[in-house]
Amino acid sequence: MSAEQDILQELAGRDYEFGFETDIEMDIAPPGLNEDIIRFISAKKNEPEWLLEWRLKGFQLFQKLAMPTWQNFKLPEVDFQSVSYYAAPKNKVKYESLDEVDPELLRTFEKLGIPLEEQKMLSGVAVDAVFDSVSVATTFKKQLNELGIIFCSFTEAVQEHPELLRKYLGTVVPQSDNIYAALNCAVFSDGSFVYIPKGVRCPMELSTYFRINAKNTGQFERTLIVADEGSYVSYLEGCTAPMRDENQLHAAVVELIAMDNAEIKYSTVQNWYPGDADGKGGIYNFVTKRGICKGKNSKISWTQVETGSAITWKYPGVILQGDNSIGEFYSVAVTSKRQVADTGTKMVHIGKNTRSRIISKGISAIHGQNTYRGLVKVGPNATNARNFTQCDSLLIGDRCGAHTFPYIESKNNTAMVEHEATTSKIGEDQVFYLNQRGIDSEQAVNMIVNGYAKEVLNQLPMEFAVEAQKLLSITLEGSVG
Amino acid sequence: MLNIKNLHAAVEGNAILKGINLNVKAGEVHAIMGPNGSGKSSLASVLAGREAYEVTDGSVEFEGKDLLDMSPEVRAREGLFLAFQYPVEIPGVSNINFLKTAVNEIRAYHGQPPMQAKAFLDMLKSKQKLMEFDANLMNRSLNEGFSGGEKKRNDIFQMAMLEPKLAIMDETDSGLDIDALRVVSAGVNKLRSKDNAFIIITHYQRLLEYIVPDFVHVLYNGRIVKSGTKELALELEEKGYDWLKEDIRLEEPVQ
Repeated sequence: MSAEQDILQELAGRDYEFGFETDIEMDIAPPGLNEDIIRFISAKKNEPEWLLEWRLKGFQLFQKLAMPTWQNFKLPEVDFQSVSYYAAPKNKVKYESLDEVDPELLRTFEKLGIPLEEQKMLSGVAVDAVFDSVSVATTFKKQLNELGIIFCSFTEAVQEHPELLRKYLGTVVPQSDNIYAALNCAVFSDGSFVYIPKGVRCPMELSTYFRINAKNTGQFERTLIVADEGSYVSYLEGCTAPMRDENQLHAAVVELIAMDNAEIKYSTVQNWYPGDADGKGGIYNFVTKRGICKGKNSKISWTQVETGSAITWKYPGVILQGDNSIGEFYSVAVTSKRQVADTGTKMVHIGKNTRSRIISKGISAIHGQNTYRGLVKVGPNATNARNFTQCDSLLIGDRCGAHTFPYIESKNNTAMVEHEATTSKIGEDQVFYLNQRGIDSEQAVNMIVNGYAKEVLNQLPMEFAVEAQKLLSITLEGSVG
Repeated sequence: MLNIKNLHAAVEGNAILKGINLNVKAGEVHAIMGPNGSGKSSLASVLAGREAYEVTDGSVEFEGKDLLDMSPEVRAREGLFLAFQYPVEIPGVSNINFLKTAVNEIRAYHGQPPMQAKAFLDMLKSKQKLMEFDANLMNRSLNEGFSGGEKKRNDIFQMAMLEPKLAIMDETDSGLDIDALRVVSAGVNKLRSKDNAFIIITHYQRLLEYIVPDFVHVLYNGRIVKSGTKELALELEEKGYDWLKEDIRLEEPVQ
């Protein structure tokens, strides 16, 4: 404690030069991005020296790297100095009962079919003693511990498993990967760490546990999942419930590592605040996600349902290094109102007999702009590499847009790369057909959209597939006249 | 059941129905024939409520209610069914879920609770048997990859499931081979009762050999120009439509 005191004292003194004061009780750092803030975050979290150095290196890279210019949308000006980079996690009990919560929010929960107790937690209502989330978490944790599975917050992992963390951190997404990844390295708040030991099959969706504990996911999240030889894990990030957040910029980094014969299934449901009908407000979701199939016969599968955020910008990819490894990407991205999504994947074939499969379903409504951008790269040694890409776009109305930028680079003449693409409009004929069978237009559009996205939704864990279906309906509410 | 009076309708300002009068009672089967472009399918579309069609004059009463005042889904829930000339494909939506939704929407409209899964499956099976409908088609996506004949049969199967009061069949016979035509007609005949009615739109007398109508009407240039019994269909088959066109030209020149 005294060491921390010292550091903070020192910081406080130095901070003064920069015009702000900090003290030990401070929960939120003042806005601004500089080395001192990074030292402050690192000290608050009691991090070892190497991690502080690593953060500082990230900051240096952030200062050097240029903003990308290739994206298919107008990149809004982000004032990095106006953001506060540290807020202590708090238990946000705001209300005594659900009666006090915004009825609009409750209506959405209802439609999504979220259990009552979870509704309370998500909206910040004090939770009944019967459903003590701590004890539920403890039960899960005990079960996982017995199998040698590590599943904890990033902050905890820094203290409890520094060696593992140091070995793998930044090995899939290099610090210099892009400016937002570098920013995340410098100021990441928290996130999750998962390690599945050799030969262990994780007995539960890490989602259940995760959802209960994901009250404060944070603005600069960092996730690292390592699946050792012959292990299996399925992980779900996010939540179908509408997530409001004061922070406009979200820049997360996710790294997945699969050893020989290991499999990682990573599912995302993203429903951050999309902004209003005129495009005011809303989250900028600029995320770097990548997995590496390091070992032979390994497999990484990404599934994402993206319905929220004003701008979604991400390309979860897989580096297929191990021979016979498999990478998959299943995506549904919905853009309604004034939303923008520029998303897709990168499949990098390095090992022999590597296979990848890409199924992307874009849905645009109202003024939404949806871009698929993908890269399939086959290296000179990737003999017999195979890729299949299917990239579909669905338009609802005549003021939205769908764009496709598929890139293929092959340096091996035994490789086989297939690309199929379709663009369709929800036909008035289809809606009328369903109308004529007694189904109203709104439900008709839901049925058509869910049918269209089925191949991807089927990849989600069962309970989330049901919620995701409803989520698509809610997102597209009011998009048909 | 259905009372159409002086019905006028237009698409994008072009008049296509120019004063239709038709009265259909429960238990009756009416056939509507006529040359291409006479307005047969337009009549079906107007009755079902397709948006592109604008009613410019006249009235349609269905079971005592103003049909034209209802949205397409309400017309369906009130018991009006259209077997489409070209049933559409809806990928990824399973035939069985679609039917369940439709059945329950109609039930909800009439204040009935949703059908339990077991009861629904029992009904599905008995209707499949009745209509000789291939059970394998049930688990596929709605009309996706169905042959033309399978789509038509699926439409007629839906008719059996939804039990409408009035069924309009818009050229159901087109694209059907003779065997499919027999099966479809047999199905329709099984559904006929004293409580429901059918309007059968067709080019050919052939279908009417299997589904025998009580009345036959000839539609030409947006109007019913001749009505009769099933013998009229035979006469048309023999002589074509030209003699009718001649008659009409003599009577009242087309504007």
